[in-house]
Formats: sequence, C-alpha cells, structure tokens
Amino acid sequence: MVHFTAEEKAAVVSLWARVNVELVGGEVLGRLLVVYPWTQRFFDSFGNLSSESAIMGNPKVKAHGKKVLTSFGNAVKHMDDLKDTFAELSELHCDKLHVDPENFKLLGNMILVVLATHFTKEFTPRVQAAWQKLTTAVANALTHKYH
Amino acid sequence: MVHFSPEEKAAVTSLWGKVNVEEAGGEALGRLLVVYPWTQRFFDNFGNLSSASAIMGNPKVKAHGKKVLTSFGEAIKNMDNLKGTFAKLSELHCDKLHVDPENFRLLGNVLVIILASHFGKEFTPDVQAAWQKLVAGVATALAHKYH
Repeated sequence: MVHFTAEEKAAVVSLWARVNVELVGGEVLGRLLVVYPWTQRFFDSFGNLSSESAIMGNPKVKAHGKKVLTSFGNAVKHMDDLKDTFAELSELHCDKLHVDPENFKLLGNMILVVLATHFTKEFTPRVQAAWQKLTTAVANALTHKYH
Repeated sequence: MVHFSPEEKAAVTSLWGKVNVEEAGGEALGRLLVVYPWTQRFFDNFGNLSSASAIMGNPKVKAHGKKVLTSFGEAIKNMDNLKGTFAKLSELHCDKLHVDPENFRLLGNVLVIILASHFGKEFTPDVQAAWQKLVAGVATALAHKYH
C-alpha cells in the first residue's frame, strides 16, 4: 500500500482545493485525446473529435472529463485507501470498458501537465513529486482488479 | 522513423526559441531526481541530494542538466534524423553509463512538465502533442543502440 507523508498530503490537498474540477476535467480528458490520439477509440459516441479545437470544445468531452476528475477527487480524500476506493471502478474498466491500464498512467500524466500549466511556478518539484505519486497510485489502484 | 508535420516542427522550434537552456536544463534534471528518487543512483558523485532544495540548488545538477538539455537542442535541429543524431549517445548510455531506457521517458515527461509550468496557457494541447512526440522520439533514439 502506498504511504503518503503529511507533507505530500498537504501538497496534494492544498492544490486540489483551488482546482476547478469542471474546467480542469474537460481539459485533462481533451488533452489525452489530442496528445494520445489512439485513446479516442474509447469515445466513439462523442461526436466530432477531428481536431484540437473540436476536441477541446466538445461538450461530451468536457462532461466526461468532469466526471473522471470528480472521481479523482475521491482519491484525494482517501489517499490511504486507494485500492478499496477504486475497486469497483477497476472492475468496470476491466470487465465492461476494456481499457488498457497503460491509459491510466497517460491520464495521470495529463493531470500533471494541466496542473503545471495552471499553477506554473507554484507547481514546484515537491508538489510535482506528491502529485506524481498520487496519480501513479491511482493508476495502480484502477489496475488492481484486472484479470 | 518518426515523421513530424510542419506544424509540429513549428510548435517545437518556436517554444524552444524562448527556452533558457541553462535554467531549464538544471530544473529538468533536478525534478527528475526529486520526483523519481531512484534516478539519483546515477549521480553518486554529485554531492548533496538529500532534499528537494539541496537537489535544485546543487551546482553539479545544474551543470549536468544544462549539458543534457543542450544535447536535446540537437534533437530539435535534427527532428528528421533522431536515430542518427543520438547513435553515439545511445551507445554511451548502454555500454558505459548502464542507464535503463525507461529513464529517458521519465526525463522526457519531466521536460514536458517544465515547459507546461513555464509557458502556462501557451503550452496548448497541440503544442504539448508535438513536444510529447519529440520526447518520445528522442527516448526511442537513445534506446536504439541498446543490446
């Protein structure tokens, strides 16, 4: 089980409190679809994903991004118990959605990049390290029920 | 061989033109050592790496970071021939330095984060996609001579 120090938790929680989940969620998912275009295969029903502006402006991308990041907010509240927190979602992503777990790491990297663009200098090495640890742990938790 | 469109090349070179290689290099290597602490094993003789501030302020880290990023600048001048450009460095990293190629991907991700934190909103999804493609191409080129 991943252990977060008090400082790591503080770094995560204090930044998270200032995140506009709706805005950032849409941006994170949008960037995933732009930067790693093969991920678009999971979102056939989303309509126009033909260019960067189409993707970033797509209302279904924004809505689903918000949903995904809201779920990530659960991780921030349960940093000591990520595997249980994501057990059901892990089963869903394996059994119903058939998502390769590598994509969880890619999404985690997108979260970091978006936080870096929003918080710039405030996204210090220590803050980055704490967030990298969290996104990696969430990716592992989401993979945990795969079979 | 990786192919970059004119737009991708333009996105990379225009941002690179504004990068302070000395400063960004030190920051990239420093963040690698902070965020992925096991990478410190390659830098035993660098002195004090005991905390984030020690690492980020360490003059050997800054100097070596500048060297690494200057070499990255060569990639940008030779985006159509990354494998040829990095052939010798690839052999060096395999035969003499014994660096696991996974670390090239980690450094690439750190570089993307630094650009995101320096350029903020200017680091758009399209710009990120071009840079992500470049760092992946460089990582692959550096791994190419491994045996």
